Amino acid sequence: MTSRKSVLVLGGSSDIGRAAARAFAKVGYDVALAGRDIAALEPDAADLRARYNVEVGLTKFDVLDTAAFESFVEALPALPDVVVSIVGLLGVQADAESDLVHATAIMRSNYEGPALILGLFAERFLARGSGTIVGVSSVAGDRGRASNYVYGSAKAGFSAFLSGLRARASRGGVHVVTVKPGFVRTRMTEGMKLIGPLTVEAPVVGDAILRAVENKTDVVYVSGKWRLVMLIIKTLPEAVFKKLKF
Amino acid sequence: MTLVSGWGRFPVVDSDVLRPRSFAAVGEAVSAGSVARGNGRAYGDAAIGATRTVTMTGLDRVRSFDPATGRIRLEAGVLLSDLIDTFGPRGFLPFVVPGTRFVSIGGAIAADVHGKNHHSEGGFGRYVDSILLRTGQGEVIEASRDENSDAFFATVGGMGLTGIILEATMRLRRVETGWIRERVISASDLDAAMRALEAGDAATYSVAWIDCVARGRDLGRSLIYLGEHADKAELAEGADAFPVGKDARLSVPVDLPSIALNRISVRAFNELYYRMGARRAGGSHVVSLYPYFFPLDSIGDWNRIYGKRGFLQHQCVIPQAGASAVLGEILDRVARRGDASFLAVLKKLGQGDGILSFPLPGYTLALDFPVKGDILNFLDEIDRLVVAAGGRLYLAKDARQSRATFEAGYPALQRFNAIRRLLDPAGNIRSKLSQRLFDEV
Repeated sequence: MTSRKSVLVLGGSSDIGRAAARAFAKVGYDVALAGRDIAALEPDAADLRARYNVEVGLTKFDVLDTAAFESFVEALPALPDVVVSIVGLLGVQADAESDLVHATAIMRSNYEGPALILGLFAERFLARGSGTIVGVSSVAGDRGRASNYVYGSAKAGFSAFLSGLRARASRGGVHVVTVKPGFVRTRMTEGMKLIGPLTVEAPVVGDAILRAVENKTDVVYVSGKWRLVMLIIKTLPEAVFKKLKF
Repeated sequence: MTLVSGWGRFPVVDSDVLRPRSFAAVGEAVSAGSVARGNGRAYGDAAIGATRTVTMTGLDRVRSFDPATGRIRLEAGVLLSDLIDTFGPRGFLPFVVPGTRFVSIGGAIAADVHGKNHHSEGGFGRYVDSILLRTGQGEVIEASRDENSDAFFATVGGMGLTGIILEATMRLRRVETGWIRERVISASDLDAAMRALEAGDAATYSVAWIDCVARGRDLGRSLIYLGEHADKAELAEGADAFPVGKDARLSVPVDLPSIALNRISVRAFNELYYRMGARRAGGSHVVSLYPYFFPLDSIGDWNRIYGKRGFLQHQCVIPQAGASAVLGEILDRVARRGDASFLAVLKKLGQGDGILSFPLPGYTLALDFPVKGDILNFLDEIDRLVVAAGGRLYLAKDARQSRATFEAGYPALQRFNAIRRLLDPAGNIRSKLSQRLFDEV
């Protein structure tokens, strides 16, 4: 046990998860990485130890296994100072339109699971009177679009959950950050056509998450351009919006 | 298929591009006609697969680090910029850095890159102890000076043609600070520049910037930059022992029209640069390692200055004996032409380590030219001078040399090819560069 600050990263093997873990470790946080496959996380743990000389622990976590959430939190060796949820599933919109199993997986991975686990941490953080909760949501949740509304609706639910949680928790010394990354060049978006000037690399998101925690920012659009883009998308009248295919 | 090019943006060709994130995925990605790519800073066609390009930047983990010895094990996609930013503040730097920090470890090994200390401390490969290599036939081997040494010396400087470099173990230099004590010397012509570089042999770092537009009496006028690692006592009061590497302050947002770079603008820039440098000449002062080693990294996407058609960098090395006459002839032709760019670099090299490593004891000259007009013919003529003098061209910069020039410059090619055949009998690993210069047609 050290007196250093600690961060738990849910979805630690994702590109943004790895980037966030590095950003926190770089400024001296001890790190716990949580993911489905612990063996796959081991090289990242070794990377953090070698680079930043911090303590790194690994924990098994499956965002769909909500029944195990209570015991997951109980089993942690210590309650972290910061918990970051990066888990999510983009899925395939066209499949999700007719395949209920796939649509359910998208909804549960992006809304139900992340909201429930962060809710549990919120209770413990509030009992302690301190802590920061970071949920990585999406600009896709700002308005449901024809091309990805199954994913978008789940992210919208998650954003709403975080917004409400923030309002409640702020009175108890607990801060909640909502991160909306926009396009990020990651494994999840591989093969997608991304618009260059609106696209960032994963380390940029990792650094933005750390900054938001340090500065107690409420809602972060990683690139300011997205705030503008989504403002326009949100203000379009429905009669116009419904004719758009994107 | 995706359009792919090197840093010079010439040539631009079609290739499949895959970005694996595990060694297993690397194995799946490699098919006939593949080559590894790091951060895409090779200028020409070295890091473009004949059919498929395997980008390694997703494999960027540090595996282990021993602060007692400075020994580090890394995945091939780690960038030198990352290594410097992460380990510099802990008092460790790479022994060798090229002119940009945005290269991968795998790329630095494959090109056996050199820095401003090649004359005194050798190239990148000298500090690599072992390499984890996925050979062309799919075997994963550890290659070092003791074990699989043929594969090791063929991989250092082998332009990725022995297989995919997965990991490497290398040694880092212990430094007290991230600052360099720099001394600038102005030289009024080529002979003076070469004399200053000879005198600079004792310095850890030395390099000359040549004004390749100046003619006549001023031909070859240069600024010579010597450098040593500064210790803490030399720093200004309150300065951090390790400076912060800033992101590019300027960047070139669009391709400039080809007219932007012309005789007048280049001449004006060079005149100004030379005069400002000459004013600083004489004394020594302490500068951050970033501007000292990586002056161009402070301008993002500087390759766009040359416009959409891209540019060629011609980097040759001429053996010590007779270098003066040949370099004078090359510079004279370049100055008469008048379209070479701002930054021509002259530097002394020592012996290379790998079988195909570029360096040999002598002088290297690097010149940038926009792709236009009869530049290809002009460079062919320069190549004839290089070959006649027993010199060669740097493959990491090359996009256009002929097979004859290449074969004349690299007499160890037969030995390299024999090792490559053993590691890759089916010829799975092939790049656009290997098709142009190595492979049987």
